[in-house]
Amino acid sequence: MMRRALAIGLVCAIGALLVFTVSNYLLPFGTFPQRKFENFENQSVAQVYLENAPIAGAGGAGSANVVTSIVWDYRGYDTLGEATILFTAVCGVAMLFRAAKERD
Amino acid sequence: MAGMTLIVKTASRLLFPFVLVFGIYIVLHGHLTPGGGFPGGVIIVAAIVMLLLGYGAEVAKVKFSPLQASVSENIGSLILVATGLLGLFVGLNFMKNALPLGTTGNLFSAGFLIPLNIGVGIKVAAGLAVILYAMLTAFEEEEK
Repeated sequence: MMRRALAIGLVCAIGALLVFTVSNYLLPFGTFPQRKFENFENQSVAQVYLENAPIAGAGGAGSANVVTSIVWDYRGYDTLGEATILFTAVCGVAMLFRAAKERD
Repeated sequence: MAGMTLIVKTASRLLFPFVLVFGIYIVLHGHLTPGGGFPGGVIIVAAIVMLLLGYGAEVAKVKFSPLQASVSENIGSLILVATGLLGLFVGLNFMKNALPLGTTGNLFSAGFLIPLNIGVGIKVAAGLAVILYAMLTAFEEEEK
Protein backbone atom coordinates (compact mmCIF):
# COMPACT_ATOMS: atom_id res chain seq x y z
CA MET A 1 0.00 0.00 0.00
CA MET A 2 2.83 2.33 0.88
CA ARG A 3 4.72 1.44 -2.29
CA ARG A 4 1.63 1.97 -4.42
CA ALA A 5 1.01 5.43 -2.95
CA LEU A 6 4.67 6.27 -3.49
CA ALA A 7 4.51 5.12 -7.12
CA ILE A 8 1.33 7.10 -7.81
CA GLY A 9 2.90 10.20 -6.27
CA LEU A 10 6.04 9.75 -8.36
CA VAL A 11 4.05 9.39 -11.59
CA CYS A 12 1.98 12.49 -10.77
CA ALA A 13 5.15 14.47 -10.00
CA ILE A 14 6.84 13.45 -13.25
CA GLY A 15 3.69 14.22 -15.24
CA ALA A 16 3.33 17.66 -13.63
CA LEU A 17 7.01 18.35 -14.28
CA LEU A 18 6.68 17.39 -17.96
CA VAL A 19 3.51 19.44 -18.48
CA PHE A 20 4.85 22.57 -16.79
CA THR A 21 8.26 22.39 -18.42
CA VAL A 22 6.92 21.86 -21.90
CA SER A 23 4.16 24.43 -21.65
CA ASN A 24 6.23 27.17 -20.01
CA TYR A 25 9.73 26.96 -21.34
CA LEU A 26 10.33 24.66 -24.30
CA LEU A 27 7.57 24.28 -26.80
CA PRO A 28 4.49 26.46 -27.08
CA PHE A 29 1.79 24.50 -28.87
CA GLY A 30 1.54 25.16 -32.59
CA THR A 31 5.15 26.11 -33.19
CA PHE A 32 8.10 23.85 -33.77
CA PRO A 33 11.67 24.21 -32.55
CA GLN A 34 13.86 26.42 -34.66
CA ARG A 35 17.60 26.31 -34.94
CA LYS A 36 19.13 29.27 -33.17
CA PHE A 37 22.62 29.38 -34.61
CA GLU A 38 24.50 30.94 -37.50
CA ASN A 39 22.39 31.32 -40.63
CA PHE A 40 19.44 29.19 -39.60
CA GLU A 41 17.59 31.78 -37.51
CA ASN A 42 14.30 31.53 -39.36
CA GLN A 43 14.56 28.04 -40.78
CA SER A 44 14.10 24.55 -39.48
CA VAL A 45 14.37 21.13 -41.09
CA ALA A 46 10.62 20.64 -40.81
CA GLN A 47 9.96 23.91 -42.61
CA VAL A 48 12.32 22.98 -45.44
CA TYR A 49 10.64 19.59 -45.84
CA LEU A 50 7.16 21.14 -45.79
CA GLU A 51 8.05 23.70 -48.44
CA ASN A 52 10.08 21.48 -50.75
CA ALA A 53 8.29 18.12 -50.64
CA PRO A 54 5.17 19.01 -52.69
CA ILE A 55 7.15 20.79 -55.46
CA ALA A 56 8.28 18.48 -58.24
CA GLY A 57 11.50 20.26 -59.13
CA ALA A 58 12.74 21.05 -55.63
CA GLY A 59 14.67 17.85 -54.99
CA GLY A 60 11.85 15.88 -53.38
CA ALA A 61 9.47 13.44 -54.98
CA GLY A 62 6.76 16.04 -55.59
CA SER A 63 4.00 14.16 -53.83
CA ALA A 64 1.00 15.94 -52.37
CA ASN A 65 1.27 13.89 -49.18
CA VAL A 66 4.35 15.17 -47.37
CA VAL A 67 4.40 12.24 -44.91
CA THR A 68 4.75 9.67 -47.69
CA SER A 69 7.41 11.83 -49.31
CA ILE A 70 9.44 11.90 -46.09
CA VAL A 71 8.88 8.22 -45.34
CA TRP A 72 9.84 6.88 -48.77
CA ASP A 73 11.87 9.60 -50.48
CA TYR A 74 13.93 11.37 -47.83
CA ARG A 75 14.19 8.33 -45.55
CA GLY A 76 13.92 5.41 -47.97
CA TYR A 77 16.63 3.35 -46.28
CA ASP A 78 14.86 3.66 -42.92
CA THR A 79 11.54 2.48 -44.31
CA LEU A 80 13.19 -0.37 -46.18
CA GLY A 81 14.60 -1.39 -42.79
CA GLU A 82 11.10 -1.22 -41.31
CA ALA A 83 9.88 -3.57 -44.02
CA THR A 84 12.77 -5.89 -43.14
CA ILE A 85 11.74 -5.77 -39.47
CA LEU A 86 8.21 -6.78 -40.46
CA PHE A 87 9.58 -9.63 -42.58
CA THR A 88 11.71 -10.84 -39.66
CA ALA A 89 8.72 -10.64 -37.29
CA VAL A 90 6.57 -12.69 -39.66
CA CYS A 91 9.35 -15.28 -40.04
CA GLY A 92 9.72 -15.50 -36.26
CA VAL A 93 6.01 -15.96 -35.59
CA ALA A 94 5.67 -18.58 -38.32
CA MET A 95 8.71 -20.46 -37.01
CA LEU A 96 7.47 -20.31 -33.39
CA PHE A 97 3.99 -21.63 -34.11
CA ARG A 98 5.26 -24.27 -36.53
CA ALA A 99 7.62 -25.55 -33.79
CA ALA A 100 4.72 -25.58 -31.29
CA LYS A 101 2.62 -27.57 -33.77
CA GLU A 102 5.31 -30.17 -34.43
CA ARG A 103 5.89 -30.76 -30.71
CA ASP A 104 2.26 -31.86 -30.12
CA MET B 1 -14.11 -22.90 -36.61
CA ALA B 2 -17.53 -23.26 -38.10
CA GLY B 3 -18.44 -19.60 -38.33
CA MET B 4 -20.76 -17.35 -36.40
CA THR B 5 -24.43 -16.42 -36.56
CA LEU B 6 -26.39 -15.35 -39.63
CA ILE B 7 -26.15 -11.66 -38.67
CA VAL B 8 -22.36 -11.70 -38.58
CA LYS B 9 -22.19 -13.74 -41.79
CA THR B 10 -24.46 -11.33 -43.68
CA ALA B 11 -22.69 -8.22 -42.38
CA SER B 12 -19.23 -9.55 -43.21
CA ARG B 13 -20.37 -10.71 -46.66
CA LEU B 14 -21.82 -7.27 -47.42
CA LEU B 15 -18.85 -5.32 -46.02
CA PHE B 16 -16.03 -7.48 -47.45
CA PRO B 17 -15.76 -5.92 -50.96
CA PHE B 18 -16.07 -2.36 -49.66
CA VAL B 19 -13.34 -2.81 -47.03
CA LEU B 20 -11.12 -4.46 -49.65
CA VAL B 21 -11.64 -1.64 -52.16
CA PHE B 22 -11.06 0.97 -49.44
CA GLY B 23 -7.75 -0.68 -48.54
CA ILE B 24 -6.66 -0.74 -52.19
CA TYR B 25 -7.67 2.93 -52.48
CA ILE B 26 -5.57 3.84 -49.43
CA VAL B 27 -2.57 2.03 -50.94
CA LEU B 28 -2.91 3.52 -54.44
CA HIS B 29 -3.51 7.09 -53.20
CA GLY B 30 -0.69 6.90 -50.66
CA HIS B 31 1.15 9.80 -52.29
CA LEU B 32 -1.94 12.04 -52.45
CA THR B 33 -4.06 11.51 -49.34
CA PRO B 34 -3.22 10.41 -45.78
CA GLY B 35 -2.38 6.75 -45.66
CA GLY B 36 0.05 4.69 -47.66
CA GLY B 37 1.30 1.16 -47.86
CA PHE B 38 1.35 0.22 -44.18
CA PRO B 39 -2.21 1.29 -43.16
CA GLY B 40 -3.62 0.20 -46.52
CA GLY B 41 -2.18 -3.28 -46.09
CA VAL B 42 -3.64 -3.48 -42.59
CA ILE B 43 -7.09 -2.51 -43.91
CA ILE B 44 -6.83 -5.17 -46.65
CA VAL B 45 -5.98 -7.83 -44.09
CA ALA B 46 -8.85 -6.57 -41.90
CA ALA B 47 -11.24 -7.57 -44.71
CA ILE B 48 -9.79 -11.10 -44.64
CA VAL B 49 -10.04 -11.20 -40.84
CA MET B 50 -13.70 -10.20 -41.06
CA LEU B 51 -14.39 -13.01 -43.51
CA LEU B 52 -12.49 -15.42 -41.27
CA LEU B 53 -14.46 -14.40 -38.18
CA GLY B 54 -17.81 -14.67 -39.96
CA TYR B 55 -17.36 -17.85 -41.96
CA GLY B 56 -14.51 -19.72 -40.32
CA ALA B 57 -11.03 -20.55 -41.49
CA GLU B 58 -11.99 -22.81 -44.40
CA VAL B 59 -13.76 -20.12 -46.44
CA ALA B 60 -11.02 -17.60 -45.78
CA LYS B 61 -8.37 -20.12 -46.86
CA VAL B 62 -10.23 -20.65 -50.14
CA LYS B 63 -10.21 -16.88 -50.80
CA PHE B 64 -6.58 -16.32 -49.78
CA SER B 65 -4.58 -19.45 -49.03
CA PRO B 66 -1.49 -19.55 -46.77
CA LEU B 67 0.70 -20.44 -49.79
CA GLN B 68 -0.62 -17.41 -51.67
CA ALA B 69 0.12 -15.27 -48.62
CA SER B 70 3.73 -16.46 -48.40
CA VAL B 71 4.33 -15.96 -52.13
CA SER B 72 2.69 -12.51 -52.05
CA GLU B 73 4.89 -11.37 -49.21
CA ASN B 74 8.00 -12.33 -51.17
CA ILE B 75 6.62 -10.59 -54.25
CA GLY B 76 6.08 -7.40 -52.19
CA SER B 77 9.65 -7.52 -50.89
CA LEU B 78 10.93 -8.04 -54.43
CA ILE B 79 8.96 -5.00 -55.65
CA LEU B 80 10.55 -2.86 -52.91
CA VAL B 81 14.10 -3.99 -53.64
CA ALA B 82 13.65 -3.82 -57.42
CA THR B 83 12.33 -0.26 -57.17
CA GLY B 84 15.33 0.64 -55.04
CA LEU B 85 17.73 -1.01 -57.50
CA LEU B 86 16.14 0.86 -60.42
CA GLY B 87 17.87 4.04 -59.32
CA LEU B 88 21.17 2.17 -59.24
CA PHE B 89 20.72 0.92 -62.81
CA VAL B 90 19.84 4.38 -64.12
CA GLY B 91 23.00 5.81 -62.59
CA LEU B 92 21.78 7.40 -59.37
CA ASN B 93 21.96 6.09 -55.80
CA PHE B 94 20.08 3.16 -54.30
CA MET B 95 16.51 4.19 -53.32
CA LYS B 96 16.78 7.36 -55.44
CA ASN B 97 13.81 8.47 -57.50
CA ALA B 98 14.40 7.34 -61.09
CA LEU B 99 10.86 7.55 -62.47
CA PRO B 100 9.27 10.70 -64.00
CA LEU B 101 7.71 12.96 -61.38
CA GLY B 102 4.64 14.23 -63.25
CA THR B 103 2.33 16.94 -61.94
CA THR B 104 1.80 17.15 -58.18
CA GLY B 105 -1.72 16.06 -57.29
CA ASN B 106 -2.30 13.66 -60.20
CA LEU B 107 -2.70 9.95 -59.59
CA PHE B 108 0.38 9.19 -61.72
CA SER B 109 2.82 11.54 -60.08
CA ALA B 110 5.61 11.43 -57.51
CA GLY B 111 7.69 8.87 -59.40
CA PHE B 112 8.71 5.80 -57.43
CA LEU B 113 6.36 6.37 -54.49
CA ILE B 114 3.59 4.44 -56.30
CA PRO B 115 5.45 1.10 -56.77
CA LEU B 116 6.93 1.41 -53.27
CA ASN B 117 3.49 1.93 -51.74
CA ILE B 118 2.03 -0.97 -53.74
CA GLY B 119 4.92 -3.22 -52.75
CA VAL B 120 4.72 -2.45 -49.06
CA GLY B 121 0.92 -2.76 -49.15
CA ILE B 122 1.14 -6.28 -50.60
CA LYS B 123 3.89 -7.11 -48.13
CA VAL B 124 2.05 -5.91 -45.02
CA ALA B 125 -1.25 -7.55 -46.01
CA ALA B 126 0.38 -10.88 -46.86
CA GLY B 127 2.68 -10.81 -43.85
CA LEU B 128 -0.16 -10.24 -41.39
CA ALA B 129 -2.15 -12.97 -43.13
CA VAL B 130 0.80 -15.35 -42.68
CA ILE B 131 0.91 -14.51 -38.94
CA LEU B 132 -2.86 -15.01 -38.70
CA TYR B 133 -2.82 -18.41 -40.41
CA ALA B 134 0.19 -19.57 -38.37
CA MET B 135 -1.55 -18.78 -35.06
CA LEU B 136 -4.84 -20.25 -36.29
CA THR B 137 -3.29 -23.57 -37.34
CA ALA B 138 -1.44 -23.89 -34.02
CA PHE B 139 -4.64 -23.40 -32.02
CA GLU B 140 -6.56 -25.82 -34.26
CA GLU B 141 -3.96 -28.50 -33.55
CA GLU B 142 -4.28 -27.88 -29.81
CA GLU B 143 -8.04 -28.38 -29.90
CA LYS B 144 -7.67 -31.82 -31.47
